[in-house]
Amino acid sequence: MTARAAIKKSLFYLLVAAIVLYAVFPFYYAIISSLKSGTELFRPDLFPMSWSFDNYVGVFRDNPFATNIGNSVIVAFATVALSLFVGLTAAYALARMRFRGRSFLLMAVLGVSMFPQVAVLSGMFQLIRALGFYNHLYGLVLSYMIFTLPFTVWVLTTFMRDLPKELEEAAILDGASRWTILTRVFMPLMWPALVTTGLLAFIAAWNEFLFALTFTLTNNVRTVPVGIALMSGASAHELPWGNIMAASVIVTLPLVGLVLIFQRRIVSGLTAGAVKG
Amino acid sequence: MSFLRVLAIPGQALERLAGRVLPASWRRSPWLFLAPMLIVLAVVAAWPLIRTIWLGFTDANLLQMDKAKWVGLDNYTGKGGLLHQKEWWLSVKNTLWFTLLTVSIETVLGMIVALVLHRTFPGRGIVRAAVLIPWAIPTVVSAKMWSWMLNDQFGVINHILLGLGIIDAPKAWTADPALLMPSLVMVDVWKTTPFMSLLILAALQMLPKECYEAAQLDGVHPVKVFFRVTLPLIRPALMVAIIFRALDAIRIFDLIQVLNGTRPQTMSMSIFARQQLIDFQEVGYGSAASTLLFFIVALLTVVYVVAGRVKLGER
Repeated sequence: MTARAAIKKSLFYLLVAAIVLYAVFPFYYAIISSLKSGTELFRPDLFPMSWSFDNYVGVFRDNPFATNIGNSVIVAFATVALSLFVGLTAAYALARMRFRGRSFLLMAVLGVSMFPQVAVLSGMFQLIRALGFYNHLYGLVLSYMIFTLPFTVWVLTTFMRDLPKELEEAAILDGASRWTILTRVFMPLMWPALVTTGLLAFIAAWNEFLFALTFTLTNNVRTVPVGIALMSGASAHELPWGNIMAASVIVTLPLVGLVLIFQRRIVSGLTAGAVKG
Repeated sequence: MSFLRVLAIPGQALERLAGRVLPASWRRSPWLFLAPMLIVLAVVAAWPLIRTIWLGFTDANLLQMDKAKWVGLDNYTGKGGLLHQKEWWLSVKNTLWFTLLTVSIETVLGMIVALVLHRTFPGRGIVRAAVLIPWAIPTVVSAKMWSWMLNDQFGVINHILLGLGIIDAPKAWTADPALLMPSLVMVDVWKTTPFMSLLILAALQMLPKECYEAAQLDGVHPVKVFFRVTLPLIRPALMVAIIFRALDAIRIFDLIQVLNGTRPQTMSMSIFARQQLIDFQEVGYGSAASTLLFFIVALLTVVYVVAGRVKLGER
């Protein structure tokens, strides 16, 4: 290797190291901060001098954080289930059936994904109150459809369109109904796409803030993002940073885990709608 | 074996066969399968949008939404209407400035990260996973993490910058009015660059290898290859990625609400609209602001798609 090539190579790895440091450092620092207790928290050391789980105890003691987590889990799973069901049936029609207005519908669904959440806020607020869902978890699940459905429908439609026609034809000749074809023939083949869209819907619902902040009023129905945003200390100027960092680590670890395990699926889901366009 | 011959007839013939032989319910079934989606979208998208636009023409108040009176264009052009209100225009300016800054920085950074990840090197998988982490962190959490790091007294950012001699006194990143917008842009860029770089990476990976090999054989400088070959080829995908990000940036709410609340220096259109709607309980006025935001987003999308001749949707 020539000296020039060696320099080039080390510069490249320097760049790689910088990228990793930039991406990971804030989360690393949140973990470090969450493990510091007392006055140690206020010294910006890059390594903890001693490990302490005080903040992790504190976040559950001083806040209804366990309730928040429970609510988030319920809302996220319900959102995933509902959007997968609705998305799968719609995708079957959009991908495998011929009918008038198909492209228009696909464009309309794409259009909905561009709605600013605030643009529907007052109408949604009235709807939720009219249905009696204000300060209930149902209201959140229902309103979350506005951002989970568009990409669920799109990704599932794209995936279903590429499945071989022969499978369906054989089933038709065997006298299977549309519903049987969807549930027995296509669904078993759809797992990769279902996992991808399910994960994206889960993450979106888990992270949502605006609707959760606006459509809930009391702590017993608040989800994690709202709970963390509203954590406050004895006075307005003394935020309980240790507790907040512990809470942040608790809600982020599962997501980071999911992302690391399902990296490829998430990437393909994120790029499916955009790149093929 | 006539069945086998039927199987061999592709697409259309089978559809025709299905129409004739199979029960009429088959022809109705598209709408049956679409019904759940159509109902849900009508309830959560169409109705709230129409309702919001309508409320924008009324004097609705949060506590007495039923007593809303029609006031025509008062919320827009009337005395104290949006078009005459400085705060609204400030929020428009802030939002557009924020969008321009973040999307251009993200595009450049995202491109660099994508080009790095496009090369094969040991540990590439780990690096790609690491890059995804900011994307996976909930926005509220990243806002809190960064406001702790940017804390003027105990923040690690000031500590590091002081240590490196880049600044000579601690800066109040989240308090100094002049620094609010730069801090916000910094946090948003960190959070959203992964999305950009993944979209660009996906586009890069679909490029034919032949172009590069030809260019390499001709001894063309890599920088020239990038601008003459790579960039034009990934331009369509890049445009789509930029639209997606720009539309996201224009609607920004969470990050600003948690970092800076409703402070004027970083007030975005969404923050303005929600403050009117909920904090001030002026549902009519807030709905008018929401409606304007909706039409600004719609208009920008149309302009951008037409100008960039980007094909969204079906291939």
